[in-house]
Amino acid sequence: MRLEVRIAGFGGQGIIRAGLIVAMAASLYEDKNAVQTQSYGPESRGGSCRSEVVISDDEIDFPKVTDPDILVVMSQAAYTRYAGTLKSGGTLILDPDMIPQQQTMHDKRIYKVPATKMAEELGKTIIANVIMLGALTSITRIVDAEAMKKAILSNIPKGTEKLNLDAFEKGYEYGKKVLEESNA
Amino acid sequence: MAEQTTQIAHPLEPFLRKTTIPHIWCPGCGDGTILNSFVTALKELEVNLDKIAVISGIGCIGRIAGYTNTDSFHTTHGRPIPFAVGVKLANPELNVIVISGDGDLFAIGGNHFIHAARRNIGIKVICSNNFNYGMTGGQQGPTTPLASRTATTPFGNIEHPFNLVHLAAASGAVYVARWTTLHVRRMTESIKKAIQKEGFSFIEIVSPCPEIYGKASKIGTAMDFMNWFKKASVIQNFSDPAQAEITAEKIPVGEFVDVEKPTFEKLLREMTAQAQGKVTGGA
Amino acid sequence: MSEKNKAILTGRHFFSGDLACAEGALAAGCRFFGGYPITPATEIAERMARRLPQVGGTYIQMEDEIASIAAVIGASYAGLKAMTATSGPGFSLMQENIGLAVMTEAPCVIVNVMRGGPSTGQPTMAGQQDVMQAKWGSHGDYEIIALTPSTVQEAFDLTIEAFNYAEAYRVPVMIMMDAIVGHMWERVTIPPADQIKIVNRKKPQVPREKYAPFKPDEDLVPPMAVFGDGYHFHATGLTHDEEGRPRTESIKTQQTLVQRLCDKIRKNADKIIQIRETMLDDAEIAVVAYGIEARAAWSAVRKARNAGIKAGLLRLITLWPFPEKQVAEVAKKVKTIVVPEMNYGQLVREVERAAKTTPVTFLSKLGEEPHKPEEILEAIKGGKH
Repeated sequence: MRLEVRIAGFGGQGIIRAGLIVAMAASLYEDKNAVQTQSYGPESRGGSCRSEVVISDDEIDFPKVTDPDILVVMSQAAYTRYAGTLKSGGTLILDPDMIPQQQTMHDKRIYKVPATKMAEELGKTIIANVIMLGALTSITRIVDAEAMKKAILSNIPKGTEKLNLDAFEKGYEYGKKVLEESNA
Repeated sequence: MAEQTTQIAHPLEPFLRKTTIPHIWCPGCGDGTILNSFVTALKELEVNLDKIAVISGIGCIGRIAGYTNTDSFHTTHGRPIPFAVGVKLANPELNVIVISGDGDLFAIGGNHFIHAARRNIGIKVICSNNFNYGMTGGQQGPTTPLASRTATTPFGNIEHPFNLVHLAAASGAVYVARWTTLHVRRMTESIKKAIQKEGFSFIEIVSPCPEIYGKASKIGTAMDFMNWFKKASVIQNFSDPAQAEITAEKIPVGEFVDVEKPTFEKLLREMTAQAQGKVTGGA
Repeated sequence: MSEKNKAILTGRHFFSGDLACAEGALAAGCRFFGGYPITPATEIAERMARRLPQVGGTYIQMEDEIASIAAVIGASYAGLKAMTATSGPGFSLMQENIGLAVMTEAPCVIVNVMRGGPSTGQPTMAGQQDVMQAKWGSHGDYEIIALTPSTVQEAFDLTIEAFNYAEAYRVPVMIMMDAIVGHMWERVTIPPADQIKIVNRKKPQVPREKYAPFKPDEDLVPPMAVFGDGYHFHATGLTHDEEGRPRTESIKTQQTLVQRLCDKIRKNADKIIQIRETMLDDAEIAVVAYGIEARAAWSAVRKARNAGIKAGLLRLITLWPFPEKQVAEVAKKVKTIVVPEMNYGQLVREVERAAKTTPVTFLSKLGEEPHKPEEILEAIKGGKH
């Protein structure tokens, strides 16, 4: 089965890295096939930015996302641009504080994770992407939490392990909570 | 009178690639003097010719790589320096000598010159400065004097020329000298010094081009050039290279820079030794 | 760890095409990199800057791409396996000395991570717009070898092969990798060192006095001495005889040299060319594609088969020498050919030439995204009559 994930926001939010971690977790630590592609503009910070992951049990032919099953958005621009691309019945995870203008979408499962605010509470806004990954993991179960943690650890600077794992746990628990609320 | 003759080898014969000679240079050209001086320096230093690589660019003097009996490479126009950098870094044991012209090294190849000097890569650059593009028929170049007539400055040159020793010094060369082809012994001594020196070394040789530039500029014959060199040259060792502009009245010559500075190869060696302890894993 | 073990990171990794390319180079024995930063190839330079010193190699950032390729040729003549990596604007600057590498038969590898052109174009966006430049970018008649990966694993594998071809044929070999593959991350398996096939250039078997640096063996490739080994040989970008002496007025020397430089590749084309055929046995429609477009085409062909359409894929791994015979054979079997490219019509002309009377449909895509499989599927359906 082919599963398509799109993560979008702006440069500096760790969007590319987040997609990379998901794909690495699936590919190296779960033995699925996975590929990550990306798209970004000339700006190192602030430009629109998109990271895409395809996960499959079979060999992956086309590596780009065309019809995402899961969409994670962390900016208004990304929301406006991509919310409509999510397939019907798909999962949308968004950071509500970054996206003041939202539309009603009845055919999609929507989960709001205030990752940026939570990251600020942890004292590091740059960790918002890892919080999002935690939430993504508990909400969608696209990869196992252990695999995801291994992938996170191999993608971060030495000395930041605890910060990152804490962020992941926070996101993971928050995701679990919103999932339960929506199922209730 | 046909008496028995004995073939006596020229003392510099082992240093020349006989199969490519006769050379293509005009009568009175200074390039032959530079070749003679260069191979004399090799002979006097008793260097291992296996460890010498001569690299040249395009232009009359560019053919010199073909005439020296060493490993040699005649590159594209302007590129002998970056080629030489590749050779030197791939095998730092080699003594890599670039011999080329003013147009090749300072117009089309100017960027390479300043960066190799800045990095202090241990190549040696000898420039035959004949004030014009001789091979293509005498066009204006980066060292053509102001107001001088050439094939492309029929009303006189309106560009200011480079002062090459100043450029080399400012770019970071650790050894800088200038001589004319009149100063054969001093030129040879400077070449010997450069070959033995670590780091980026530069020698400018002011050279006559009687057949082409001499006619256009009305300087005249090879003898006229020699008389000019004799009259105008002033030895000013270790004087300010910024003040060493060549004019009709004065050609400041001598050694301008001779300093020590860590070479790129040395710093690279140290960094490599340090890095070899660390290996970046995958993923 | 021994130096070899440090160079070959045997195991499973998650790499981008750029990183895989750098690791492939190291595994092949590359010990010199001269380059200049340029999007989207910079990651190759960064990886080499970190990794080469660890294995005793040399990385240098030159002042521009002209200098980069010149230094690579110099390092090659001094005996190292050498490479550079760039993108369109830098590739254009390199053309002059690619000609020099061809003329002086300097083994070297040039990676072009292709972005959108012309000129500065779209630096962060992918393209396949330099595939004709790879063959025709420098002046004069010549042949080079150009390979194109579709997966990250292939970026690793083909870079090793690129060095092997460069050494075997004394020719610049290009990796023409679109920026999607260059920036795409996938799993890469690096085999143990003893399972990696390495080719090294032929060394002269004659004493110095008898060595003619450009005298070819039967395979049309001359053995290559190294600067510093005492051969005292000369090389020049001028037309030269077998001794390396300039022969700028000899018609015969020009003919002999230029023909040999081309023929050493043309006559060995069957040994060099690599293609992959998928579901072509009974195909009525063939898609001919390379790089990222081949992945879209593969998906389209699968979808077509599911819909009962007899479609197949001819994936080109070698772009140059162009797989003319292989395309012609497929063209004979099928009714029509579809060629999707991320340009405005380049390799399709070669396909048309080889396909002769078989009709060819070209699909153009400009600006980052490759064709969607559905778009290729539509063309396959359109060709089914």
